Amino acid sequence: MRARLPRAGFPYRAPTTPRGIEPLPEEPRWGSDYETDWARRTPARYARFFIVEGPMRALVRAIASPTRRGMDRLDSVRGPVIFAANHHSHVDTPLLLTSIPERWRHRTVVAAAADYFFTNRYTSVASALAMGAVPIERTRVTRRSADELAGLIAQGWSLLIFPEGGRSPDGWGQGHRGGAAYLSSRAGVPVVPIHLEGTGRIFAKGDKRVRPGSTTVTFGAPLSPEPRESSTRFAARIEAAVAALADEARTDWWSARRRAHAGATPALTGPETTSWRRAWALGDRRSRRRRDRPRWPDLG
Amino acid sequence: MAHRPGFVLEVDRSTPPTLFHHGEGFRLEKLPIGSRVVYPSEALSPLKHPDAAIREALLHPVDMEPLPALLKPGMKLTIAFDDVSLPLPKMRRPDVRQRVIEAVLDLAAEAGVDDVVLIAALALHRRMTEAELRHAVGDRVYDAFAPRGLLYNHDAEDPDNLAFLGETDKGEEVEINKRAAESDLLVYVNINLVSMDGGWKSTATGLASYRSLRHHHNVRTMQHSRSFMDQHRSELHSSNWRMGEVLRKSGIKVFQIETTLNNDTFPKPFDFLQKREWDWTARDRASYVAVSKSLERTPSRLKRSIFQSIEAPHQMTGVNAGDVEAVHKLTTAKVFEQQLVPVSGQTDILTMGLPYICPYNVHSIMNPILVMCLGLGYFFNLYRGKPLVREGGVLIMSHPTPWEFHPVHHPSYIDFFEQVLADTTDPIEIEKTYEKSFAEDEWYRHLYRTSYAYHGVHPFYMWYWGAHALQHLGGVIVVGGDPKAVRRLGFKPASTLRDALEMAEDVVGRHPSITHLHNPPLLVADVS
Repeated sequence: MRARLPRAGFPYRAPTTPRGIEPLPEEPRWGSDYETDWARRTPARYARFFIVEGPMRALVRAIASPTRRGMDRLDSVRGPVIFAANHHSHVDTPLLLTSIPERWRHRTVVAAAADYFFTNRYTSVASALAMGAVPIERTRVTRRSADELAGLIAQGWSLLIFPEGGRSPDGWGQGHRGGAAYLSSRAGVPVVPIHLEGTGRIFAKGDKRVRPGSTTVTFGAPLSPEPRESSTRFAARIEAAVAALADEARTDWWSARRRAHAGATPALTGPETTSWRRAWALGDRRSRRRRDRPRWPDLG
Repeated sequence: MAHRPGFVLEVDRSTPPTLFHHGEGFRLEKLPIGSRVVYPSEALSPLKHPDAAIREALLHPVDMEPLPALLKPGMKLTIAFDDVSLPLPKMRRPDVRQRVIEAVLDLAAEAGVDDVVLIAALALHRRMTEAELRHAVGDRVYDAFAPRGLLYNHDAEDPDNLAFLGETDKGEEVEINKRAAESDLLVYVNINLVSMDGGWKSTATGLASYRSLRHHHNVRTMQHSRSFMDQHRSELHSSNWRMGEVLRKSGIKVFQIETTLNNDTFPKPFDFLQKREWDWTARDRASYVAVSKSLERTPSRLKRSIFQSIEAPHQMTGVNAGDVEAVHKLTTAKVFEQQLVPVSGQTDILTMGLPYICPYNVHSIMNPILVMCLGLGYFFNLYRGKPLVREGGVLIMSHPTPWEFHPVHHPSYIDFFEQVLADTTDPIEIEKTYEKSFAEDEWYRHLYRTSYAYHGVHPFYMWYWGAHALQHLGGVIVVGGDPKAVRRLGFKPASTLRDALEMAEDVVGRHPSITHLHNPPLLVADVS
């Protein structure tokens, strides 16, 4: 007969509720109410440093082979900034966290959708620890997220935000929301526009598996709000800057500058037409086809 | 902390040993009590917002219309820029040329200018490689222009792409790059590391041909430039200014953009090189010991690649744009603000440590001819007023002076060293007897145009660069150099500084005055 070990009880286990007692309503602890302060304390920052510089960097290199451009444009920028990028894939955040110049990289928080990354204990802890994620509401308007982010910027943290509000559903960009522009005006810090090219081919919204490919991260010159410029106008400027970077990544800097000055930069959001024509207009940017590798070396 | 100006220290018992550069290495030397050491000024504070300063300079130029007013759709725009010889060492990215060129191109794009070409103004220097061009103008500009053939190196031997513009009142022929000459606007992007650079020298030298250059790159001009760091007493500059006048009369519109850098020259772990010895912390001393001891055990090829990979933390201290001469006055004042050090009186013996780099051995080997050019051409001429060393005095320089040449970059140097210097070291004799045959040699011309070789005549110019010093000095001693190579140069070798000082006493007499030029970071001695 097997001896049974005595089962540990209270206080080593949660107490049971006596019969007839109405338990207190459980306070919401996930979603936008999740407290992430712990993830910005020293032990968690060290842990994140090793995660970002170790497995995350290795993973990004393996699946995204990034080329990073335009970092020299940030050479004279000091203090916290808001990084605003287009958003196509879950690969975007790790790619950016490993691409942002070192003087900001380990003091950056990521604005992450509360309704996606903070739905339960495990995803919340993992997001806050690995990415430095901070929950923001995207389904309803709330001051709490903005106040918290503005407070963090005031403490010297930089912010990585995707002003499109979510991953692209069809390969084209989405119109920019005003969050990055508003926070920039409120906190008095510049916005660094960033364009990501190629992540949509690796792991787009709705994809079931990762297809390794190459990506390009293009950093733009920092933008600051003009005096008395509304957040909406500033957001449009940021969107135009990201569109110009997209043009630069697909053609070259000089052609992109000429089109930008002529007001002819192709819009990030693509043509306003039927879905198949939008998909058609994407060309090979959303191609699911594996890149053919030549069997023989190319001898010209 | 505000920067401390340069000054002259008199050596006494409490003075620590003095740092001498020695090629890809350093030496600490105890100078005799009573010697003087001329220290450079510390780095000036850089511009806080360099891009904004560049834009401001382009929109509010000196004695010229704002750049946007000069840019029109349908016009021909050429942007020329300084080559790999500037700055030294190469600066960390983004290079100041990239910042300026991007700002100019942005305005050109805004104005709808389509016909734009960028030219590396390298005169008779070697062509820049793709990596060097990318470093200078940045990847964005390179990728946009180079693949379409719109960014290239100037070719001073391409008869189809040179334009003869006429002669100066002294009969000097002026011939420059045809594209630059035929453009509606020529924008020149310059880096003024020393006061010799810039002004009309940018276009009249950088974009010129041998036919034009020979009128000021010769022994007579160099011997009459006292020094070529002082534009007002430099025949080199007078000639270039006369040529500039021809350019102006030919209708070439030049929009000159000149930038100045501070002398923040060495990054970590070499930053102790720009500190005064008594300011060295324990960490600096440890760095010195670690670096110099490991360099002693490092093969020369590896040492060279370590040093050539140094990227200076130079930062921009000023930018001016507009009319060539008006801009150059402002630029020179800024350069002197950084580099000028007042020195009272000349000296019998001048000592100097020569570093691993000069304008002509970037990513290359400092061969013995370049050692002569750096010591007697550049460092000797870092004066305003009178030379630091008196006439008939002795120059002692410290450099390993290896008998080594870069076969790709310096092919004509090898023949110059083996044939010409074996015969004579007299610049006038060399110019008269040998220059023409080297300058017009088809093989050197081919290598200059298609490979990465300096022009056949270039070693002659290096020798002429030191002509004023050769005429002025009573003797030259090289400490720690390869004796055979040093003797070939016509100098005397010495193993230690003490030996060299004793040898110098034979020339200048007993109890001589000694001055050490603590350089780089660069300084110009204002000798009264």
